[in-house]
Amino acid sequence: MIAAIIVMAAIGLVLGIVLGWAELKFKVTGNPLADKINDILPQTQCGQCGFPGCRPYAEAMAKGEADINRCPPGGEAGIQRLADLLGVEAKPFGAGVAPKPKSVAIIDENTCIGCTLCIQACPVDAIVGASKQLHVVVADLCTGCELCVAPCPVDCIHMEVIHESVNNWKWRYPVIPIHQQRETA
Amino acid sequence: MSGEVYPIPGGLHPAEHKAESNARPIVVAPLTERYLVPLRQHLGQPARVLVQAGDTVLKGQMIGAPDGRISAAVHAPTSGRVLAVEDRPVAHPSGLPDRCVVIESDGRDAAIEMRPIDWRDLAPGELSKRLANMGLAGQGGAVFPSHVKLALGGTPIETLILNGAECEPWITCDDRLMRERATAIMQGTEIMRHALGARRILVGIEDNKPEAALAMQAACQQLNLAAEVSVVPTRYPSGGAKQLTQLLTGLETPSGKISTDIGIQVFNVATAYALHRAVALGEPMLTRVVTVTGHVAQPCNIEARLGTAIEDLIRLAGGDLDDVTGHIIGGPMMGFDLDDTAAPLVKSVNCVIAKDRALFPAHPPAMPCTRCGQCALACPASLQPFELYWHAKAKNFDKARAYQLFDCIECGCCSHVCPSHIPLVDYYRFGKSEIAAADRAKQAAESARQRHEFQLLRQQREKAEKAERLGKKASERLEAGAVAADDPGAERKKALLQAAIERAKQAKEAVQPKNTVSLTPEQQRQIDAIEARRQATAQDSEPQT
Repeated sequence: MIAAIIVMAAIGLVLGIVLGWAELKFKVTGNPLADKINDILPQTQCGQCGFPGCRPYAEAMAKGEADINRCPPGGEAGIQRLADLLGVEAKPFGAGVAPKPKSVAIIDENTCIGCTLCIQACPVDAIVGASKQLHVVVADLCTGCELCVAPCPVDCIHMEVIHESVNNWKWRYPVIPIHQQRETA
Repeated sequence: MSGEVYPIPGGLHPAEHKAESNARPIVVAPLTERYLVPLRQHLGQPARVLVQAGDTVLKGQMIGAPDGRISAAVHAPTSGRVLAVEDRPVAHPSGLPDRCVVIESDGRDAAIEMRPIDWRDLAPGELSKRLANMGLAGQGGAVFPSHVKLALGGTPIETLILNGAECEPWITCDDRLMRERATAIMQGTEIMRHALGARRILVGIEDNKPEAALAMQAACQQLNLAAEVSVVPTRYPSGGAKQLTQLLTGLETPSGKISTDIGIQVFNVATAYALHRAVALGEPMLTRVVTVTGHVAQPCNIEARLGTAIEDLIRLAGGDLDDVTGHIIGGPMMGFDLDDTAAPLVKSVNCVIAKDRALFPAHPPAMPCTRCGQCALACPASLQPFELYWHAKAKNFDKARAYQLFDCIECGCCSHVCPSHIPLVDYYRFGKSEIAAADRAKQAAESARQRHEFQLLRQQREKAEKAERLGKKASERLEAGAVAADDPGAERKKALLQAAIERAKQAKEAVQPKNTVSLTPEQQRQIDAIEARRQATAQDSEPQT
């Protein structure tokens, strides 16, 4: 009887030590779910979701505090992927939230006074310039978040939609033209 | 001289249609009035434009410099004036316009000074550098900048393969070039071998071009060049780089790799010819030979300057016959429909085919896949085309990628044999470009995330630094205060200050209004009267309020 208790206690102790050690050794830092969600988000850092950037939105979603349909730059495909990851139903964008075509900010060189306000507003460091010097948007780095438009005191920033060109053209989904079908049928 | 030939999987033998255009010698196109030189004629970054409207240029002058590592230069095809640098229609599957330099010829055709390169004395790496601004790009179809391919990479190149297979139906430009200019091609090959340090040269030519094979063999003998000219069976797509590599060496290029990774470099014969001109004459890539065939009066091969309008080429081939329904750029298997014949000839265009209903009947409507497996038998890349089709059609791109979509060479064998007439390659191209776009977006997002996180880190650091700075200042001030307390002089100062404050207070209390001091009795009486009156009115008004 005593021996059994001692044996059981010893086993418990050993297992407890192993588990305690494992907890310290394999400690999960950060929130892995938030990381996964953040990977899906388009990283425009535009704040259209109501959170100050993609990471805070991802964290809120991971905690179940935010809806999955609040990221217009991610598009419908983004909602679908979030729904798949989180195991919830995909839902359409709410009223007043709609994806816009991808655009890029352009600074009017003749109007810019070099106030640096847009540089401070840009969440991804895509604007270069210095005080009283002309500022320029690095188009390749611009995520099209529009956060630089409002702070400009002389309204010299506008958003330009990126049109299809040979550069970004994609092959279309194959469709058989209807008139051709009628012709050969 | 003839080397061994190994078997390859798949492939097919469509109607050749080579006889239409391979009987006539290469026609040299005359100078035309206007040239349209696109800045994007090669794989990689488009060239950076060096001229603007109004500039005069000479033949061979660089008008676009290579931009980045994988890029090629473009040159003025003749002397004249730059009319504009603007978007014009180009030969591209999208039909979208692209940036072009429009040059109006002055008729003099005056060239820049062209200096031959003495390649035998140059180290291999140096030669590639000297060729960087020559605008050479592979003329087989992929238009990869040649100087990059000629630079030494990681894997040493053991074997140099010269691709003269020309397996697509209708096209005969390489055939004619090999028949007429074999010596120049082999001289170019010799330069390639020098640049790459290759030990072996293999030349692959399909057996439907016996004259070309003979001419190439003769050229090798004449130059005393140890090259093996192998005649491979006519079976499309033997001219694919990976397919020809396997045909000539028996080595299969591993999935996701290129032939360079297994020590083999493949060049098209026309590229070797252009390289010879660049080195021996110092002439940048200004012309290419192009087949104009199909439903035209006189199908032929034309040596034309890059930038010549395709409609001019068609005119040189006798013009379109009646009932032409359109034009194909490239071969019928891999080519695409041209929207506008005003588009210019570029480095990649090896063939223009005029279509009519008899030669190119309308594509029958696609029927459902019956899983017959014909496509898998025809696939030269040993893929499962039907699986790729299902996944691409369902936009299940991860699955398509897992089935090695990117090993597909888009040769079109599967679409050709499909009894249901499914445009399979269109689905693969769609899938590939969607995946590529998604990868690009993912990369952009990742870079945006890193920059945003760095910005947050920077802001935090700046805040911390500011706080530290302010804290330092404050503690300095505090320290200064502590020092003052110890100072006996400070006590005196404090006492003095206190005394001053006291004095000011007393002075303030001492001050009385001066108008009530030393009054005359008359004045005092008046004051008393006013005071009495005021009190009386105050009493009167009280009940009212």
